[in-house]
Amino acid sequence: MDERTEPVTAERERAPVIEPGYTFGSVTDKISSIVLTRPTSNGWFFGFGLAFLLTMMMLYAIGYLCVRGTGIWGVTIPIGWGFAIVNFVWWIGIGHAGTLISAILLLLRQSWRNSINRFAEAMTLFAVASAGIFPLIHVGRPWLAYWLFPYPNTMKVWPQFRSPLIWDVFAVSTYATISLLFWFIGLIPDLATLRDRSTNHASRIIYGILAMGWRGSARHWHRYETAYLLLAGLATPLVLSVHTVVSFDFAIGIVPGWHTTIFPPYFVAGAIYSGFAMVLMLSIPIRKIFQLEDFITERHLQNSAKVMLATGLIVAYGYIIEGFMGWYSGNRYDGFTLWNRLHGPYAFFYYMLLICNIVIPQVLWIPRLRSSPIWLFLVSGVVLVGMWLERFIIVVVSLHRDFLTSSWGMYYPTRWDWMTYIGTIGMFLAAMFLFVRVLPMISIFEMRTLLPEAEVKE
Amino acid sequence: MRRAGTYGFMAEFDSPTSLVAAAHRVQQAGYRKVDAYSPFPIEGLAEAVGFHRDEMPLVVLIGGLIGGITGYAMQYWMSVISYPINVGGKPYHSWPAFIIVTFEMTILFAGISAVLGMLALNGLPMPYHPVFNVPRFAFATKDRFFLIVFSSDPKYSSIETRRFLESLSPRSIAEVPD
Repeated sequence: MDERTEPVTAERERAPVIEPGYTFGSVTDKISSIVLTRPTSNGWFFGFGLAFLLTMMMLYAIGYLCVRGTGIWGVTIPIGWGFAIVNFVWWIGIGHAGTLISAILLLLRQSWRNSINRFAEAMTLFAVASAGIFPLIHVGRPWLAYWLFPYPNTMKVWPQFRSPLIWDVFAVSTYATISLLFWFIGLIPDLATLRDRSTNHASRIIYGILAMGWRGSARHWHRYETAYLLLAGLATPLVLSVHTVVSFDFAIGIVPGWHTTIFPPYFVAGAIYSGFAMVLMLSIPIRKIFQLEDFITERHLQNSAKVMLATGLIVAYGYIIEGFMGWYSGNRYDGFTLWNRLHGPYAFFYYMLLICNIVIPQVLWIPRLRSSPIWLFLVSGVVLVGMWLERFIIVVVSLHRDFLTSSWGMYYPTRWDWMTYIGTIGMFLAAMFLFVRVLPMISIFEMRTLLPEAEVKE
Repeated sequence: MRRAGTYGFMAEFDSPTSLVAAAHRVQQAGYRKVDAYSPFPIEGLAEAVGFHRDEMPLVVLIGGLIGGITGYAMQYWMSVISYPINVGGKPYHSWPAFIIVTFEMTILFAGISAVLGMLALNGLPMPYHPVFNVPRFAFATKDRFFLIVFSSDPKYSSIETRRFLESLSPRSIAEVPD
């Protein structure tokens, strides 16, 4: 046997959350210097420039949409939802991992989260921003999207509160607001650190304004920790509710393939699944490029991989139940939906979905692969593709052949659909590039609490 | 007695353990107007400087209740009173359908009150504060721990307090100008 024998594996599983030898000062310097003193590399300019170009492409596609209307997309009757809803659900699901890491793992006292919560929360914000674009442009007249909110108007009508679509408006806007607040409140002490460390006059002023005069008083910390903990307690049911409500958009409808009670838990698990895949896809290059392997250790990669494995199995259970109910319900339309997934015109994508979401991620059972950044990066990419396909199957394949054969149809995305979708990926990445450049991507004050010296000895 | 032009005396420590020990000593010596500053939250430090009542949970509870009641009342008023519409024969007051928006509004209001309440009770934003006049205080957001006795403390005296703080063997002592 080589060094991959059992004792070594057990040792690897106990990799530290933070490598030994760091002090309060060196942790602070290491993270804050990335923002304050590290020169902006050509790689950053190249990556940001590329992402920015894609963002411009998205704006062009949206601008053209405003001029010509949704007819430029592939949406037709019976498939009125198309890419816009597929991408909306995909993006909002990705956001869920950030809240899971920052709120749920905080409540569960998983201190390893301290190294990855900051950029996972940023990922949530940018993913929700990307998600939010789609329903807004899908309404057809985006400039009237504010009609979704209950506001006093000359028509004297109000939103229809019995519809899951209005629940979605409240769930997603609350989620975006709370995610922003949670992220910002977490940043305040670190902004104060940047204010005090920065040598540049302009950045001192900007960080100073954002830090709002934070001085680390014991009374302030006490209220701060209470507020942070309460926010985590509020964000926990919130994040579970958001994807539940998203699944209600489908499950409340009577379309075969949508009208099922498995949807809420299966959607939430799928959201966390894809979200952790995105966290890994971001953290693996980030820890390499910024030499943060001491803070984002193998332990983080392994734990994220385990969460992916667990949520992936819940998703697999969802697929099994969908198949089982198609047969067991005895409902011919449900049965046909199952048959159509396996043998219909989109069958290729259904098999790809099963391979991407269920078959390939099983390699994560192998401990050696759970510690391998390259493998995790590749598997995460596969999962992200698989989860996108899942939403495609749910939206398009269920709609394209429902009750009456006379109203069957096919859906073909156009170049505008692709430009908008790829453009949001660009916008997401551009925002991430800016974030890692101007804000501390790891929570400095929470990292300090992980050091052994942080403990008060009697 | 409060001396004009002085905000207090500040002592610097290099570990959370010595800061908490010093805070306890200051309390035992009878000082009441004290505060401590640290680069991360330290368990028990707030209590050691005499902070016992945290109003945050109450603020968040009230915020959440207001949010929930607002959410439900808004839906009731809009769907039952202002513009009742018969949708598929469902009752105007279809309460199960109103739960989700009520829930989201509860979370939204509670979350906003947590953040705004924390800032307001902490008196933030506060761009200027006398403690920032001490040059070494810049390390309070890095790796140093500070204890201050305010000049408003009845027991404060520019000589006695300084001597007392020196007995705690801090790294440095500074007079904080007002």
